Amino acid sequence: MANETHGTDAAGEAVVLHGQTVEHPTELQHVEAGMPQLDFTTYANQIFWLILALAAIYWILSKIALPRIAMILAERRGTISNDIAAAEELKAQAVEAEKAYQKALADAKAESARIVAEAKAEIKAELDAAIATADAEIAAKAAESEKAIAEIRAGAMESVEAVAKDTAAAVVAALGISADQAAIDAAVDTRVKG
Amino acid sequence: MADAAQSEGGGLVFHPMDQFKVVPLFGEGEVHWYTITNVTLWMAITVACIAALMVLGARGRSVIPGRAQSIAELAYGFVHKMVEDVAGKDGVKYFPYIMVLFLFIVFSNFLGLLPMAFTTTSHIAVTAVLALAVFISVTVLGFVLHGKHFLGLFWVTAAPLPLRPVLAIIEVISYFVRPVSHSIRLAGNMMAGHAVIKVFAGFAAIAAISPLSVVAITAMYGLEVLVAFIQAYVFTILTCVYLKDALHPGH
Repeated sequence: MANETHGTDAAGEAVVLHGQTVEHPTELQHVEAGMPQLDFTTYANQIFWLILALAAIYWILSKIALPRIAMILAERRGTISNDIAAAEELKAQAVEAEKAYQKALADAKAESARIVAEAKAEIKAELDAAIATADAEIAAKAAESEKAIAEIRAGAMESVEAVAKDTAAAVVAALGISADQAAIDAAVDTRVKG
Repeated sequence: MADAAQSEGGGLVFHPMDQFKVVPLFGEGEVHWYTITNVTLWMAITVACIAALMVLGARGRSVIPGRAQSIAELAYGFVHKMVEDVAGKDGVKYFPYIMVLFLFIVFSNFLGLLPMAFTTTSHIAVTAVLALAVFISVTVLGFVLHGKHFLGLFWVTAAPLPLRPVLAIIEVISYFVRPVSHSIRLAGNMMAGHAVIKVFAGFAAIAAISPLSVVAITAMYGLEVLVAFIQAYVFTILTCVYLKDALHPGH
């Protein structure tokens, strides 16, 4: 833009950037030309106010703003970490509660299993006892019956012998042979046993 | 803006540099070092804006920040993280100084974008003081902390021995060029952008070109908003880099 020179214009001095203006900086304020940045007469003014401004900013920042913001950030970090810790604690509590629940459940299951087993054992014992008494009764009944049968059988044998003797005596008599009752009995006995 | 351009006998006259003139606020006359000028006014506005943001903005001290407090915290966190990342943990104690630089430049740049405003950071006198302050304090700090070991900054031990003197010369030159580039980069960027906007504004006097001119001014303004922040950021991060060199001179 420095080349847009209209040196001949009345108002054209604004863009004049000639070597001459740089070589004679003291003329700049009178000629009012070229870059205002190269007008050394204003340097002291700018530097003075700049240093003042920087000092003011430094004072504001270091005394008030930065400590305050650092405090806010630290406080926030503290709040966040506290909240996270609280959340973690709650989570641990929830895990604990779940564990307790699981434990209670397992206990209840074990208890019920124990009760079932106990009841089963009781029932079995009762059943066994009943079966045993029943067996004993049955055995007694069987023995009685056997005894009765044996008696009946013995009675029957005796009857058979008596019938056989009587029949033999009758047969002998019918044959006309007189025979002694004792001899007939002996003969029948030998035959029955043989 | 009104005097930016005027038609005289069919020719356009531009005054793109008039906006950078340092003039007394009250009356005419010479500009002495104590004269209250437009520089004073705009630096005072800068200080007031910084105070408003950083002090009044954070007045509530609330754990859940409002808008102004969010911005103040954002600025604090932005610069604090920059110092910590670039200069290291031991650079954090210089954070307030870097914060002063950043806030002053960023507010000056943005206030300068207001129509009719005076951009204090477009003056080489201002940026040179800032850059020299950084350069001198960083150099002094380097020598105070490390003594003659600070000169190791110029002696590149990673390079082969015959190359080292050559590199040392280059390093020394680049070290002393730092304040020059540091200051001219900021002033040049601010000045060029504002001047280009004024030139476009001058073209707006010609009816046929004025729509294009308005569009160009709008586009330039958008770019300048970006530049205003980026230049403040660049100045600050370079300060951090120079500070890192002073704190840890070994390569």
